[in-house]
Amino acid sequence: MTIAVSILPEQQLAALNAAYGQAVARRRWRLLFGAAVFAAALLLAAVGAEVNLRTLFTYFGNFVSYFDRIFTLDTGQRAWTDIGEWFWGWRKWLKMLGETLLISYVGTLTGAVFAFALNFFAAENTSPAPWLRFVVRRLLEFARTVPGIVFALIFVIAFGLGPMAGVLAIAIHSTGALGKLFSEIVENADMKPAEGIRSTGASWLSCMRFAIVPQVTAGYASYALLRFEINVREASVMGFVGAGGIGQELVVAIRKFYYSDVSAILLTIIVTVFIIDIATGWLRGRLFGKGART
Amino acid sequence: MTRQHEVDTAQIRARYPDVFDRPASARLAMPAMIVAALAVFVYGLVDLDFSPSRFINGLSQLGWISMMMIPPDPGSSLPIYLKALGETLSIALLGTTLAAVFALPVSLFAARNIVPSKILRFPVRRFLDSIRGVDTLIWALVWINVVGLGPFAGVLAIAVSDFGAFGKLFSEAIEGADQKQVEGIRASGGSPLHEIRFGLLPQVLPVIAGQVLYFIESNTRSATIIGIVGAGGIGLQLAEQIRVLEWQKVSFLILMILVAVAAIDFISSKLRFAIIGPRAVA
Repeated sequence: MTIAVSILPEQQLAALNAAYGQAVARRRWRLLFGAAVFAAALLLAAVGAEVNLRTLFTYFGNFVSYFDRIFTLDTGQRAWTDIGEWFWGWRKWLKMLGETLLISYVGTLTGAVFAFALNFFAAENTSPAPWLRFVVRRLLEFARTVPGIVFALIFVIAFGLGPMAGVLAIAIHSTGALGKLFSEIVENADMKPAEGIRSTGASWLSCMRFAIVPQVTAGYASYALLRFEINVREASVMGFVGAGGIGQELVVAIRKFYYSDVSAILLTIIVTVFIIDIATGWLRGRLFGKGART
Repeated sequence: MTRQHEVDTAQIRARYPDVFDRPASARLAMPAMIVAALAVFVYGLVDLDFSPSRFINGLSQLGWISMMMIPPDPGSSLPIYLKALGETLSIALLGTTLAAVFALPVSLFAARNIVPSKILRFPVRRFLDSIRGVDTLIWALVWINVVGLGPFAGVLAIAVSDFGAFGKLFSEAIEGADQKQVEGIRASGGSPLHEIRFGLLPQVLPVIAGQVLYFIESNTRSATIIGIVGAGGIGLQLAEQIRVLEWQKVSFLILMILVAVAAIDFISSKLRFAIIGPRAVA
């Protein structure tokens, strides 16, 4: 059996080779140029962020030994040898943890309700007027882009210290984030039912209620659950600025070098976040089937 | 005509009892869930000290604060704020890059098609999960204890918390890669390292580049807030001005953040478009 490999004439081959080489070279140059620009940006950033590698190397031992220290009790023993001593404050911490979960729950629900009310005005296909869409969209954008903790800082001054500021901050941020996601779902909804209902002479409100809402509720609930998951993390740090929840305990423990408390509180937060992740994942699977958007 | 219609319904009712006479448990499930959700909500409001008077007081305070914010005015501190903004962007860029560099090799160990052994993969994945379970702000506090106050702590905080996220995302990208090209390399006698370099990386790198860009974008937001705990950047200025109630400066700083984030969004979506094409931009 002979294999026929057609070899092109020398001349043609050389021309093709040259063209190939040129194409590859151009791509290489572009890549190199991109890499050079990136490296320059990094260098600039390193100067801007006062990166000091010597500090890092001198203190990197501290980072490792920090973890050694937070897993050591005051008695000098390893933390896990005496669970009772390690988690001495578990009653208080569980209570704060419950407060954290409540903050994220109330905040998420409030945010979801507002997002629900606003998203029909922000969606391309259902908004009654272009100017209204523009205004609502900018409003949602603002609520989404300003970080939750900045809202919390301001609300702590307006509403006083305590979980109320945290709830409101999370509610506003969730309104912005969910409003955008919700309106995207509405934009993907089938408009034929809406046309059918409009043709019977129904108002805009009935169109939304009977044509759009039945199509989108599953997606809404799924995104709201996902948001709840994110908000639990967010609420765990709200206490840093005095807006309630377990963050308060954590920041005190870190600042005052109560080492074993730091690890105990961190562990409770991590475990809670795990459980919430798994529970909401399971719930979403139950409610919307395995293929639901993740 | 009418009678026949009635007969039809009766027949259909008899034929599909599940549809017409749903058991009480199925019919009550939805209202019960709603009532339970509302009950928890109300309990939450009470437990978290919500009172109408406090709310109205706060709202009037907030209205007053918003009035004080107009017009936004940096006073004489504009150069300081611009420098802080540069610091924030630097933190985001460096932190994300650092995280990506360290996460790439680790993510190989968490990918099913590279490390088939579950025993080896499981601890790597749980390790990444635990890192992700801790918020960036907490990492910032920890690093401040280690390298002291300043933007460097912020860089390291973002690097560590993104390391967890990247490890997971990269390993998912690797698992989603087409195995045929890897098999092709193996068939032509390539070593496992060759398989990764020539079979896997060309498929995975564009996806990863897109994710890294997206994270630089979202880290610009994170970097604005880690300053609140003392890890450098514009958040430090913001928290300070809020504490001393300089509302005009506060609103100016918030505007600066919004503009910076919008600019980074714009640039990075253009870059992502250039790197991976239109399909993966959304």
